[in-house]
This record gives sequence, structure tokens and C-alpha cells, in this order.
Amino acid sequence: MTALSRLRSPEGIGLTLLALFLAQGLWWLATTDTGTRLFFYEVTLSGLLAGVMYSLVALGFVLIYKSSGIFNFAQGVMALFAGLFLTGFMNDFGAPVWLAIPMTLAVMVATAFAIEHLVLRHLVNQEPIILFMATIGLAYVLEGIGDIVWGSDVKALDVGLPNGASDFFLDGFDIYVEKLEIAAAVVAGVLVIALSLFSQYTRIGRALRAVADDHQAALSVGISLRMIWVIVWSIAGGVALVAGMMWGAKSGVQFSLALIALKALPVLILGGFTSIPGAIVGGLIIGVGEKWAEIYLGPTLNGLFGWNANWFTAIENWFAYVLALGFLLIRPQGLFGEKIIERV
Amino acid sequence: MIYRETGQFKTSYAEDSQIFPIAQDRYVFWALMGFAFLVVPLVIDDYWEKSILLPFLVYSLAAIGLNILTGYCGQLSLGTGGFMAVGAYAAYKLMTGFPGLDMVIVVLASGVITAAVGMVFGLPSLRIKGFYLAVATLAAQFFLIWLFNKVPWFYNNSATGQISAPERTAFGVQVTGAAASSSASYLFCLIFVVLMGFAAKNLLRGRIGRSWMAIRDMDIAAEIIGVDPLRAKLSAFGVSSFYIGVAGALYFAVWFGGAEPTEAFGINVSFNVLFMIIIGGLGSMLGSFLGAAFIVLLPILLKTALVDWFSLGTAMAKHIEITTLGALIILFLILEPHGLARLWAVAKEKLRLWPFPH
Repeated sequence: MTALSRLRSPEGIGLTLLALFLAQGLWWLATTDTGTRLFFYEVTLSGLLAGVMYSLVALGFVLIYKSSGIFNFAQGVMALFAGLFLTGFMNDFGAPVWLAIPMTLAVMVATAFAIEHLVLRHLVNQEPIILFMATIGLAYVLEGIGDIVWGSDVKALDVGLPNGASDFFLDGFDIYVEKLEIAAAVVAGVLVIALSLFSQYTRIGRALRAVADDHQAALSVGISLRMIWVIVWSIAGGVALVAGMMWGAKSGVQFSLALIALKALPVLILGGFTSIPGAIVGGLIIGVGEKWAEIYLGPTLNGLFGWNANWFTAIENWFAYVLALGFLLIRPQGLFGEKIIERV
Repeated sequence: MIYRETGQFKTSYAEDSQIFPIAQDRYVFWALMGFAFLVVPLVIDDYWEKSILLPFLVYSLAAIGLNILTGYCGQLSLGTGGFMAVGAYAAYKLMTGFPGLDMVIVVLASGVITAAVGMVFGLPSLRIKGFYLAVATLAAQFFLIWLFNKVPWFYNNSATGQISAPERTAFGVQVTGAAASSSASYLFCLIFVVLMGFAAKNLLRGRIGRSWMAIRDMDIAAEIIGVDPLRAKLSAFGVSSFYIGVAGALYFAVWFGGAEPTEAFGINVSFNVLFMIIIGGLGSMLGSFLGAAFIVLLPILLKTALVDWFSLGTAMAKHIEITTLGALIILFLILEPHGLARLWAVAKEKLRLWPFPH
């Protein structure tokens, strides 16, 4: 009886559907021919790697949300901002990569200071929704400043990351994979490990976790909230720099970079707002889901509607949001998020 | 000295519950109405119509709509652009499908269709809230724009994928298309704004409006004292979308005369309307108008100042405009979270005591 009622809960239904979907997928994979199977692997892998890129942006969100409860809408624009400064330093000033990256990092730290001093300090104890809207304003300011300083045309970014297809995958498995995306995955992995080591073993990292746990208790043992916020926003700026670098190397530094921020929202919903592993897993799910939807779901839906069969192209644009929406209805706190408890 | 309610006694309930309880407010209001209906149509030209008055009127309606949902009912929405697109495409389909239909009916029907769509997209709000709901409305935004881009039925298979408004009349006067006179288009929009403004104000003062505000202030507590969240939230989505849909229909049919979904109804429109209600004042009717006026006028003023006086390039002026807008948003949230409407209220309070403030 209890087992049955658990099955009938939203999560039970969701899990059952997921299991059916996976079983069906595996069956299809096992029975299909080699070419289709290889293509499927290629699609999945490129989805996973695209997902890493989303994860990079989502990571910055999670860091800030955990430590200050601010939903930072400007994270995507911060990636654009960092990318603009990096290309600016490299192309206009002729700085080499090893110098341009620390310089940009310094700019991001200065930005974090400015944000804390000019914005956050004055909005302490405001409602989350007010802070959220303030970060929308912040996004506009950062975008405007970046454009004023460096102009708004698309800029190529070459930081010496490898390009083209990976020979290893192409020769060994007959699958086409971009080297750049593998590099991005490696960098993201290193970043996550570094961040978790930092928060686990350093003094500041412990302070960060204390603040994330309980603001007031952290204050009472002598942790300076303002300092912590500057540090967190600086780290988020650093993560944004990495994201800006990767996306910039992939498709040039341009405004559409800022729109990844919007794609990171469904990632966060899937992974939970407060979980770093969640940001990674969520990003991967969204990345793969989008690619699968574009390649497999689109044609299926077109076939379903029969006549005039090219409606369901570019469903990548909204699929992530709908996926997140469906997920929300089943598990509102995300995969790894803390359970939401509401009190009057 | 002049602005004072001393000696204005109310002798009936109707007088007590009128929208403008102070006589001076009423005089100003009627003077404004007289000016807007009698003077402006005589002096209006094409520039004023297309760049200032129609944008102001259309955005006011959209801002009222979003304010009902976000300011009064507390449901954050980033899908305004998408819902305006629904209004616009509904108007387009009605105008081309039923050529004899009066524009008044077209616009109202577009509003009703948008209300239905809005209620469907409002369904998730029953289970999720806050930022999560913002993501749900983003889903609406991107899905709707994609739909209008991809499905040829919506744009009548036109080769460019754009829609353009055919010439239609309201009560025998042409209001859309190239031959419509400035004053006719202006008056057509103005009448909608005034009537729907009144309707909104009265809705908000009544039972439904109060149930929205109860949900906004604390939904669980509201539910406990007997406000049905299903009805309150869905009605807020419905009414809000109705206003936004009418705004979208006017935006497309009367103001622009043509539209392309990605540009005209993109996420930027959603943000612009959100900025209007933040700057104007969340949960304030007056704020919707003030915010719309502010956001419509700011770029024009900045552009005039930067391009004409300081002779900067248009691209640079655009960047400075974006920065200023963002900075203003932050400034307003820090200094006056209740927006221009609160500034106006404070000014009125000061005025009542002037010239003897003690």
C-alpha cells in the first residue's frame, strides 16, 4: 500500500516515466544499426560538452546565491564583461594571454568591490525579489560599460585553446568532437575541484560555508559579511571569466553571450539553487536534453503533426525552459536543493 | 496653500469612496482629460504620435497589466513580450480573417484571447513561486515567440514572416494603416487607456484586487483566511494578460502597423515593461503611467542630448542609454523602492502643509 502510494506521488510518477523513457531508449539503442548508434553517441557527447558550458555560468549563480541569497541575474553579463575586457587587453593593448588573464581578473575583483560598495551594501535586508531586480539593473550597467569601453561588435578571442576535431575520438571511435569543448570540460572539472578544495580546506572557504549556513551565526563569530560578499563576487567574477573565455573562444565575444544567463536558469532549477554538483549535473542534463530534443524529438513531433513538416526546428530555444518547468512540477526544490519549507 | 482638503466634507458613501477624494485632484484630473481629449488631437503631428504619445499609451496599458500581476499579486513575470505578441497576432488574425470587424471588437477580442493564453501559462504559478515562476514565464516568452516564428498559419504564410496591419476602421473612422490620421489613432488608443485604466483601478479597489494583494503579501496566510489561491492567481494572470494583450494589439495594429516577432516582442520588451513598473512603483496605478512615461521619454531625451548636443555616435548614445537605464534601476531600488509614485505622494504630502510645515 505504501509502495503504491509512493508510486502515485509526483516524484513516483516522474521516476516511473523516466525509467520507461530510459528503458525504451536503451532498447532502441541496442536494436538500431551502428551508424545511427555512433551518431547518437556523437549527439550525446556534444550535448554533454555544451552542457559543461551552461554549468560554468550556473556555477557562478550558485556561489553567489549560496553565500548571499542573491539571485544574480547579471552572471551571464559578467561573462560577457570579462570576455570583452580579455579581448580588449589582448587585441587593443597587445597583452599576451598570461598577462591579459590576470589583468581581467583584477578588473573582475574591482567590479566585485564596486558592486558591494555601490549596490549590495545599500540593499541589505531587502526582499529577494528587490535584489533580483537590482541585479537586472546591474546587468544593464555592466553591459553598457563593456560596450562603451570596447564597442559592441563581435570580437574573435584566441587564448591558445586547441581547435578543430579531436583526432583521438575521430580515429578511435569514429565520432566528431571539438577539441575546444573537451578543453572546456577539463577546465570546468578543474574549477569545480579547486572550488570544493578551497571551500573545504581554507580559512576563507570555511567562512564562506559558515555564511551560507547562517548569516547571523557567522556574523556573531566575527566573520565580516561585507568582505565575504566581495570575495564571493570576485570568485563569481573569476568563474565568469572562465565562462566568457570558453564561450568567446567558441563563438566570439558578443552580446548573445549574456543570453546564456537565461539558459542557466533552467539549469539551476534542475540542479537546485544551492548545490554546486547540482549546477554541473543540471547543466549536463540540459545540454543533452536540448540536443536530443533538436535531433530526435523535433522530427518526431513534425511527423506527429504530419502536414507541413518543418515547424519543430530550433526547439532548442525553449526546450530547456519547458524541461525545467516539467521538472519543477514534480520536484520544486531541484535535484540537489534543500527542501523548501514554508511557514506563516 | 492651494492644495488642501480643509472644508471638503463628504456626506455620502459614494463621495467617500470616490477615486480622487480631494477636490483639487479631481480638477487636475479633469483638466488633464480635457487637455488630452480636446487639445492634443488638434495639435498632434506624426512625430509626436509615433514616438511619444502612442508609445506612452501602449506601454501604459502593458505596465498596468504587468503591475496587476507583479505589483498587486506578487507573481514575477518575464513573459510580457510573449503575451504582447499573442495580442498582436490575435489582432492580426482577426483583422485579416474578418475584414468587416470593427477595430474595437478586434482589440477587445485579442485581449480575451491573450487572457486565455495567459491563464494557461499561469497554471504553474499554483505550484511554484518566486524565481521559479519567473523561469516558467520565460518558457512562455521563448515558446510563444518561437511559435509565431515557425507556424505559418499565424503570419498567413507571408514570405518574410512578418505581419502588417491592413486598413481597418473603428466606428467608421480609419485607425490603422498608412492613411489613418494621427489624431484618430491617438484618440483610439487614449479611449482604451482611459476606460481600461478606470476598470483596473476599480478592480483593484474591490474584492478581487484585495484578494490579489493578500496573495502577494503572504500566500499561505491568505489561503488560511479564505482567499482561494487558484482563483486569485489565475484571475490575476487572466486580467493582467488581457491588458497586455490589448496593449500588444494596439502596439502592432495602431502604433507600428507591422511587426516581426523576434525583434518587436523579444525579451527586451519584457524587461522594459518590468523596468517601467519598478521605476514607476510596484503596486500603483499612477506608477504604471509615470514609469511608462519615464521609460518612453528617457531614451528620446538622452538621444537628443548625446547625439545632438555632444555629437556622439548613435551607437555610443545607445550604450550610454543602457548604462543609464541600469544605473537608474539600481538607484531607484536603493533610494525609493516604491518608485516615482511614492515620490509624487511625498510631494503631495509636503504640498498640503506648505507654506507652514510645522
